[in-house]
Amino acid sequence: MKIGVFVCHCGTNIEGTVDTAAVAEAAREFPGVVFATDTMYACSEPGQDEIIEAIKEHKLDGVVVASCTPRMHEPTFRKTLERAGLNRYLFEMANIREHVSWIGRDREANTNKSVDLVRMAAAKLLNNKPLHAKYFDMNKRVMIVGGGVAGIQAALDCADGGLEVILVEKTSSIGGKMAKLDKTFPTVDCSSCILGPRMVDVAQHPNITLYACAEIEEVNGYVGNFSVKVKRKATYVDWDKCTGCGICMEKCPSKKADNPFDEELGKTTAINIPFPQAIPKKAVIDPNFCIKIKRDKCGVCAKVCPSDAIVYDQVDEFVVEEVGAVVAATGFDLVDWTVYGEYGGGQYPDVITSLQYERMLSASGPTEGHIKRPSDGKEPKNVVFIQCVGSRDKSIGRPYCSGFCCMYTAKQAILTKDHCPDSQSYVFYMDIRSPGKMFDEFTRRAQEEYNARYIRGRVSMIYPKGDKLVVRGADTLMGDQVEVDADLVVLAVGAESAHGASDLAKKLRISYDAYGFFMEGHPKLKPVETNTAGVFLAGSCQGPKDIPSSVAQGSAAAAKVLAMFAKDQLESDPAVSVVDIKRCIGCGKCISTCPFGAIKEVDFRGQPKAEVIETICQGCGICTATCPQGAIQLQHFTDNQILAEVNAVCRF
Amino acid sequence: MPVLEGKELRIVGFLCNWCSYGGADTAGVGRFTQPTDLRIIKVPCSGRIDPLFIVKTLMSGADGVLVSGCHPNDCHYAEGNFYARRRLEMLKRFIPMLGIDPERFDYTWVSASEGQRWQEVVTKFTEQIHKLGPARKIEGPDAEATLKLMEESL
Repeated sequence: MKIGVFVCHCGTNIEGTVDTAAVAEAAREFPGVVFATDTMYACSEPGQDEIIEAIKEHKLDGVVVASCTPRMHEPTFRKTLERAGLNRYLFEMANIREHVSWIGRDREANTNKSVDLVRMAAAKLLNNKPLHAKYFDMNKRVMIVGGGVAGIQAALDCADGGLEVILVEKTSSIGGKMAKLDKTFPTVDCSSCILGPRMVDVAQHPNITLYACAEIEEVNGYVGNFSVKVKRKATYVDWDKCTGCGICMEKCPSKKADNPFDEELGKTTAINIPFPQAIPKKAVIDPNFCIKIKRDKCGVCAKVCPSDAIVYDQVDEFVVEEVGAVVAATGFDLVDWTVYGEYGGGQYPDVITSLQYERMLSASGPTEGHIKRPSDGKEPKNVVFIQCVGSRDKSIGRPYCSGFCCMYTAKQAILTKDHCPDSQSYVFYMDIRSPGKMFDEFTRRAQEEYNARYIRGRVSMIYPKGDKLVVRGADTLMGDQVEVDADLVVLAVGAESAHGASDLAKKLRISYDAYGFFMEGHPKLKPVETNTAGVFLAGSCQGPKDIPSSVAQGSAAAAKVLAMFAKDQLESDPAVSVVDIKRCIGCGKCISTCPFGAIKEVDFRGQPKAEVIETICQGCGICTATCPQGAIQLQHFTDNQILAEVNAVCRF
Repeated sequence: MPVLEGKELRIVGFLCNWCSYGGADTAGVGRFTQPTDLRIIKVPCSGRIDPLFIVKTLMSGADGVLVSGCHPNDCHYAEGNFYARRRLEMLKRFIPMLGIDPERFDYTWVSASEGQRWQEVVTKFTEQIHKLGPARKIEGPDAEATLKLMEESL
C-alpha cells in the first residue's frame, strides 16, 4: 500500500502546540508511507483538492489525515477519497486536535504524541481492506415520544409531509408544559389559544395515531427498521366509548385525588379529564383514589356514564409499532426545590412554584384565574419572585441556566399587576438573561410600566410572621440587606430533564448528560440528531428551551426524518462482522452473545457454521472478542488492525 | 520517536467509540488539560476488546493500559459493556500471574458528555503509572513463548 499522510494545522488550533511539519517529516519514515505533508486546513476545499491531487500524483491507495476527531470529519474525508476514486475505508484519521493539541501544553510532548498517533493510524491502514455498503429497505413511519409543543410540531410536520406518525404521550393528554401555561412571553398571548388548535390538528390528522397514557416499553431494531413496544397504561375507561362529556367527573365522590395537571395546587376527582382542551378528551381513573378499585364500593361513574365506558378491571396493554425513525421529545420537569431549607423546604403553603402560579393565573386552573394564597384564599398584595431556584447552583448539582425563567418571571410580574392592580411585585434576580426578539424590552416593561421592583441579590431565608412571609435577602447593587413582607412567594424553579428520560435514553441507546438531558450529535452542527442513527431530538429533552426554540427544533427533527425517508433505501455500514467459514467450529457462542440477533446458524456440508446477517449487524464486535477461534472478525476493527496499532505504539 | 525520556511513560487506552472516545473529545473541546502520555486506540465498543489485547500491550512494553466504555446500562450496543466488565474483571485477577503489577491496568466508564471526568480519569491514571515507574521489561524464552502463543490465539 502507498500511503499519503496529511497533517492539518487547523489554523493555529493544532499548529499552535504541535509542530505539524515535524510530524509530516517523521511520518515519511513509516512503513508504507510514500508521501507526507502538512496542510493549513485539510477539510477546506483547497485542502481536499490537495489530497485528491496527491492521490493521483503519487498513486496513493491509502490516506491518513491527522487533524480533528474522526467523529467530526471522517465522513468528509471519506467522500474526498471517493472523489479521487479510492474506497472510503482506505482511510484513517489521527486525532491530534481534541486528543493532543487542545489538551496538552508542551509542544515537544504534543508533537511526539502526534507522531505516535499518525504511526498508529498508518499501521492500521496497512491492514485496511476496501469495504462496500449494502442497501436496505426502511419502514417509512415515525414514532414521536412526547406530546408537548415540540412533539406536536414534529408530529404535524411529519404528518403533513405524508408520513404515518405514531405520537406517544405519557399523560392522558398531549399539550405538555405549554398547556399548563396561562400566557406566553413576550407577546402575552394566551397559551392554550395558540396551542389548542395545534392539539386539535393532531387529533384530526389522518396520518397521526395518538397513544396517550402510554410509554415506551422496549425498542428493538435499528435505523429504518425499529420495532417499538408501547405500553398503553390502564385508564379504566374504554376510550372508544368515552365521549368526554365529563358527567363522571361531576358525580365522582372521591375528590381528593392528586392533581398533576394543576401542579398539585388543589385536588381533583379520581376520575378526571385534566383540562377542557385536553386531547384526547377522555376520562382516566386514578386507581389510587378510586373507591371502587380500592375498596370495591361506589361505582358511581359506571352508573352515570351515558356511554357505558367505565371498565374497572382494565389492564395495561402492549402494542408493537414498526417505525423507521424515532423523535424523542420528552421535555423537562422542575427541579426538586424542596432541598432549599432557606425557602421553607416546602413547609410554607404560600411559597409556590412558578408553574403552580401559572395554573393559578389560568382561567381553567384551580382558582379560575384568580390569584389566591393557597393558605387562606386571600388576594396577595406583595408578591415576591425568586429567580434561579435550582438553576446556576453548583451546590445542588444544577450549575446550568434554565434559560427561560427570567422571561416568564417578568411575564408573571406583569400578569400579577393585571390581575391585582394594587399589588406590588418584587423580583430577586442574579442576572437578567433576556436575549431574544423583544425579550429585553419585555423585562424592561415589567419594571418600568408595571412597576415590578427588581432586586439584584439572593434570598437568604424566608420565615413566617403572622399571616405573612418575611423574605430576607441582599440587594447587592445597594450593598444592603432587604426584607419584604410577602403575601405570596413564587419560586422560578429551574428545569431538569423529564423524570424517566434517562430510562428512555437507555432504550433508545442515545447518550445523555449528568442532568439527564439527551446529547445531540454535535453541539453546533447536529442539534437534532443523536449518535444513534434514526433517533432525533426535539425540545427541552436536549436542554432547557423556550417555546419558539422547541417548535423550531420540532420542525427541524421532522425535516431530518423527512429527508431520511426521501431516500428509497438506506445504506448499511459495511463495517460488520464476517465469518471465516474455514475457522468457524460452529460453537454458537457468537450467536448467543450478539445483542441484535444478527448471527444465525447455517448448515455447511453437514457442519453447523455461523453466518452474519449484514443488514442487522450493528458492528459492535462483541462476537469477535467472544469467538474462541478468531473466526468471526469485525471488518475495519479486526484483531490484526487493532494489534497493528498496539504494535505501532509499543515498539519501544 | 521513543517515549520522551523522563517526561512520559507509555500508556495505551482502549476507548469505545460512542461514549468514552466522545468523552475524550468533549474534554478536548473544553480544553481540559491532561498529561500527554496516553495513546488512544478507538474500538466500536468496550465489548470488542479481547483481554488478550491488553495482555499483549502490557507484555509489549506498555507501562499502563486504560480501558474506558459507556456506563453500565448505557451501552450503545445494549450490553457490550457488561461483557467487557466481566472480561476485564477476570483479567484484573489474571494479570499478576503474568508478573505484571495489576495497578498497571484499569478500566472505567466515561460518557460522551463527561469531558471533565475524562480529564480526572486520565490525570489520576497517569499519576498512578508514574508512581509505579517504567514497566520491567519482560524477557527470556518464557515471555517470548507466551507472546507467541498469544499472537497465535488472536
